Parts: sequence; C-alpha cells; structure tokens
Amino acid sequence: MEKTINITLKVWRQAGPKAKGRFETYKLNNISTDSSFLEMLDVLNEQLVRERKEPVAFDHDCREGICGMCSLYINGHPHGPDGGVTTCQLHMRKFKDGETITVEPWRSHAFPIIKDLMVDRGAYDKIMQAGGYVSVNTGGVPDANAIPIPKAKADEAMDAASCIGCGACAAACKNGSAMLFVAAKVSQLALLPQGKVEAAARAKAMLAKMDELGFGNCTNTGACAAECPKNVSLSHIARLNREFICAKLKD
Amino acid sequence: MWLFNSSVGRKVVMSVSGAALVLFLLFHGAMNLVAIISEEGYNMICEFLGANWYALVGTLGLAFLTVVHIVYAFILSVQNYRARGRERYAVTDRQESVEWASKNMLVLGFIILCGLSLHLFNFWYKMQFTEIMHSAGASINDIALATNGVHWIKETFACPVYVVLYLLWLGAIWFHLTHGVWSALHTLGWNNNIWMPRIKCIGNIVSTLVVLMFAAVVVYYFGLSLGASCMLS
Repeated sequence: MEKTINITLKVWRQAGPKAKGRFETYKLNNISTDSSFLEMLDVLNEQLVRERKEPVAFDHDCREGICGMCSLYINGHPHGPDGGVTTCQLHMRKFKDGETITVEPWRSHAFPIIKDLMVDRGAYDKIMQAGGYVSVNTGGVPDANAIPIPKAKADEAMDAASCIGCGACAAACKNGSAMLFVAAKVSQLALLPQGKVEAAARAKAMLAKMDELGFGNCTNTGACAAECPKNVSLSHIARLNREFICAKLKD
Repeated sequence: MWLFNSSVGRKVVMSVSGAALVLFLLFHGAMNLVAIISEEGYNMICEFLGANWYALVGTLGLAFLTVVHIVYAFILSVQNYRARGRERYAVTDRQESVEWASKNMLVLGFIILCGLSLHLFNFWYKMQFTEIMHSAGASINDIALATNGVHWIKETFACPVYVVLYLLWLGAIWFHLTHGVWSALHTLGWNNNIWMPRIKCIGNIVSTLVVLMFAAVVVYYFGLSLGASCMLS
C-alpha cells in the first residue's frame, strides 16, 4: 500500500550569484513516501510551473548515487538526515507527515551559488587538475598481475576512490575545509605503486591549490567523514598530512 | 615557508606547540603531586625552579609556545570563518561522531587563557616574578615567601571561590585536551583506521591524568583548610 505525506518546504531561492537570496515556503500534499527526495522536488517544480512561477534550480544527474552531481543541505545535513547516501538516494519515507523540511545550497566561500540550490563546484575540478592524476606513457597495457599490490592496500585505495567529489565534506565542515576530498584523492593514488612515483609532488600541488581557492584549515572535527555519502574515512586526512609533511621535510 | 603559508603547515605549528604544552602540563602536574606527599619536598622543587637560568629559559620557552599557539588559533579561526562564506546555514544539526570540544576549541582556549592569567597572578607573580624583581633590586612581595610554594597553595585553596574557579578551569582544560591530544597526532600524520580509536583513548587518558593531578592538589588543600578551620572552632 502506498503511503503519502504532506510536507512544508523551506527552500533557498536566489536569482543569481550576486542577487540577494531568501527562503520561500511551499506546501506539498500527497507526496509518496516511496519517492526520492529529488522526485519530490520534481513534483514541486511541476506545481510551480503550473502556477507560472520560476521552478527551483538544483543539481542532479545520474540519480543513482555515483556521479556526485546532487547536493542540497537538508535539515542541517548535507545529503539529508540519512547516512551513507546521496540526496538522490534519499527517500521521503525518512520524513514525517506534516514535517517542515529546510533545503539550502552548500555554503562555502569556495562554492559560490549559481542559482537557487546550485553551487559552482569547479573548485574541486581545479584541485584535481593540480595533481589528482597519474602521468603515464601511453602504450601497451601491462597485465593486471604484473604489479603485485597487497589486498589491504588495494582495498584502502578503493575506499578512497569511492569519493564522488560531491562537496558534502566542505559543506559540512565548520571550517569550510576540503581536506577529506583532497585526502581521498591523494590517498587513492599514494597507496598504489603507480601513484607513489608522484605522491610527494601531488600532495603539495593539490593542497596548495586547495588553500589558494579559499577552503579553510582542517581542525579534525570529523563532520566531513560523518556526512560523507560514500563513508570516506577520516584517517585518509592523516595520510595526506603525512604525505605533505614528509614531502616538505624532504625539500 | 610552509609552516606559515599552507593549511597543513599551520596545523603542524598548532599541534607541535600544543603537544609540547601537554608535556609541560604532565611535568607540572607530577611536581604538584609532591605537595600532597611532602611539603618540604615541594618547596625544594620551588627553590630549584625559582629564578635560576634554566628555569627562566624554560619559562621563556613556555611563554613563546603559548603565544604561538594562541596567535595561530586566532589566525586559523579567522581564516576558517571566512572560508565558510558570507551566508550561514539557517538550520544546522550535530553529527553523532563529532565531539563537542572539537567545535569549541577557541572558546575553551579562551577560558583556559583566563584561568592561566588568574593562575599566574596567584602563583607566578608571587614566586618567580618576585625573585626576578628581587635580583633586579626591586621588592614587590615578601622575598622570604617566594620559594614557599606550599604557603601560596594553602592560602589560595583555603578560599572556596578560588577552588571553584580552578576546578572550572581544569574542566575546560579537560575538554580542550580530549580533542587536542589525538588531533595533534592526527595532524602530524600518526594515525590510521586501526589507531584512530587507540589515539582517541590515549588522548582521553592523558587529559584525565593531567586534570586529576592538578585537581587532587586543589581538593586536598581545600580539605586541609576545612579541617584546620574546624579545629580552630
């Protein structure tokens, strides 16, 4: 049996990057608890279009939790109150009938608002361009078993690589720091022999870019790891610190 | 220089200065315990660590570490406040795994600084500072009492207001250290998934040990003063 709920939405509306934003309140009735949060926003936008009002702009793409495009700060949590999921995987069954849901964009100096709930997360791309890759010569692909990698390390690297770069870490951090993102990207390569060669240069370049773009200083509160939809662990930050400090001491 | 212009560098300065101050607290706390065991012994330590050159160098070193720790705390806080952006979140919620202390280190630090000022006035001003001024030819307090640490402990902790203030101060130090100790190790890169719960546990043990050592002296001498006043009446 399908269950439906009535909710009140408080949504941040902002016409453009420089415009002054404000909260708008909308009432939505008969929302299926089986629908996802983004489907609920689609219902809202259809309602707004029917009323000849401007629909709410929000980011989304794959809607299956792997692209990192959806964002939204819902009731004080990036990607909503549920743990280990992105906003697109969040379901309306997590909310109560009659509940008021506050939806805000990521708020961080380095993520300027484009419109309504959309923010410019280009800063993360710039950090990746600074060193989040392995420079390899093209040519024949070596056999996968030609380079032995311990299982534990491969698993740890894979866990780090699960980061989808959605920006929830910087959005959750009281210091607006992107350390968990940078740490995951540095870790996933530093743990593997292919990435080790450039590990020192990578840690320095990516961290310098992060600082330059106006992200804050990490104070190890751990809000990032608590809110990460991919459960990237805080210990990757220790690895980034280690890589960075060792690289600087060697200079 | 990376210690000034990189975020990890600035955190390294915070963690190294903080860790050094924790070591000092352990050392200071251990010396204080002597006051419970033997009053003469404690006064001998006071004499040993009076206005001698090594004690003065140590004091200057501590002052330097404290100033660096505080100055960096303010620089980091301002930078982090700016990084958050102009608009703040309308609704915020706490995460279960995030310690309260970790989000309030600056406030706790400020309480600790207030307590430190009181402590310097209660003891340092009347002891080492008096000795320094005495050697310089000026006399501000009774020089005979400058190395009599037990006298000042008895006088200060006979007053219940000071006892409460000192215990509140120690409470703030406990919260500050429960985050500070493990966070310092984490910042230096000495952490991984296995050691995370371990270093958090070590941090809690160290902060509890530090606070218990200091609190023991406060409570013991307050108890003594109560006993003494009972006997008088």
